[in-house]
Amino acid sequence: MQSRVIEKAASLLESGACTRVLGWKAGAFFYDVTPAVFTCAQEVREQMVFNPFCGANLSKYLIAESRKEGRIAVFLKPCDTFSFVQLQKEHRIARDKVWAVGVQCRGMCDIDSLKELGLKGVTAVEEAEDDLRVTTLYQEKTISRKEALSPRCHTCKSRKLLDCDELIGDQGQDLPSSRFAQVEALEAMTPEERFAFWRGELSKCIRCNACRNVCPACSCEKCVFDNPNSGVQNKAAASSFEENLFHIIRAFHVAGRCTDCGECTRVCPQHIPLHLLNRKFIKDMNEFYGPYQAGGDFDAKPPMLAFTLDDPEASIITNGRDGQ
Amino acid sequence: MQVNETFTPTIVAFCCNWCSYAGADLSGTNRLQYPANVKIIRIPCSCRLNPMFILRAFQRGADGVILCGCHPGDCHYTTGNYYARRRMTLLFSLLDFMGIERERTRVEWVSAAEGAKFAATMNDFTQTITRLGPNRRLEDLRCKVE
Repeated sequence: MQSRVIEKAASLLESGACTRVLGWKAGAFFYDVTPAVFTCAQEVREQMVFNPFCGANLSKYLIAESRKEGRIAVFLKPCDTFSFVQLQKEHRIARDKVWAVGVQCRGMCDIDSLKELGLKGVTAVEEAEDDLRVTTLYQEKTISRKEALSPRCHTCKSRKLLDCDELIGDQGQDLPSSRFAQVEALEAMTPEERFAFWRGELSKCIRCNACRNVCPACSCEKCVFDNPNSGVQNKAAASSFEENLFHIIRAFHVAGRCTDCGECTRVCPQHIPLHLLNRKFIKDMNEFYGPYQAGGDFDAKPPMLAFTLDDPEASIITNGRDGQ
Repeated sequence: MQVNETFTPTIVAFCCNWCSYAGADLSGTNRLQYPANVKIIRIPCSCRLNPMFILRAFQRGADGVILCGCHPGDCHYTTGNYYARRRMTLLFSLLDFMGIERERTRVEWVSAAEGAKFAATMNDFTQTITRLGPNRRLEDLRCKVE
């Protein structure tokens, strides 16, 4: 797959079809792959990678990149294409300046998942069908790809590549996903347990804003949290509720626009399961206002921009408890 | 020395300018009683209510927050309260999901003619909050006024 992606990127640049390519390159280690823009074919051949650690969703970068001169080619995995469509719906991406290449994905891996398997000092990971050949400082081991998947990829919702100009690999299908299982498990707890869970998770927050910066839906040019008068900048002076407030507002701002790509949880340095907040909103909207997948198509009306005369009242909320 | 330990809650009521605020007025001119610890904040329309307002009210010492607006279909701006209804349903559901007592938040539709309903709602809501006790989960020590 890597060679096909690199060859495609190089040929797009060499033929002059695009002036830039948005892809991935290795960071300090082979597993901390980072998004990168390439401008010549030589650069692509030397630096570009497409390996099981290319989890980063590139669609957000198109907001800025599609405004520059010349056409940019971009490589999108199925979940990235949902964000791509959603951003087009919001008129954030100039579609005619983008050449979208869909890359089929079998789930991205996570170095933390490898570490949990007891593999330390990993120096290389090679793909082999459904297995991964992992080389560490101490041993060589073959593990199944499933074991090394990043948590979000265990509940993959779809392998459809939406709105791409060409595909590498096959077109995929929607998958039966149990992605709301964790939300339901939390709903089944008592309010005290839920409060303890979220206080435990969110008090780890260091307010690095990585979740905000990486989120394709969270892309306002001016952010409420950058306003010095908002009073939410200063972590040191914050007491316990402050992190909850930040994350409630962050999740609320993307309600109805979040495609559930899971980037927020992936980038969180404190491993807070932030996607659960977004998923709760998605689950509620599906239940209250009918099924909706943000970025799923160009026509469906987002639930937060619509209403019906007989919407349920706020008193409907029971979260698993019997009505009061 | 005896310390008075009776809990008197602070309640913030966001009332829309066109219906509920007038409804509150009417309950006053009718001399209907509702608890003095209800602090009314007038907003142009129920859909003006930013979720930050609610969270900030809680942070700064409110024990309960209630949103009052025109009945669905009667909004002065035609559709504002329909949007407010969706937003508040989702927000309150998330607050509940995070373990904040569901009873501390409420949405009630009160028209300008319903002074009695306004007073009854506020009485009922104040009783609910008094029973729940002080809000400890959402408060923010920075905002505490000693």
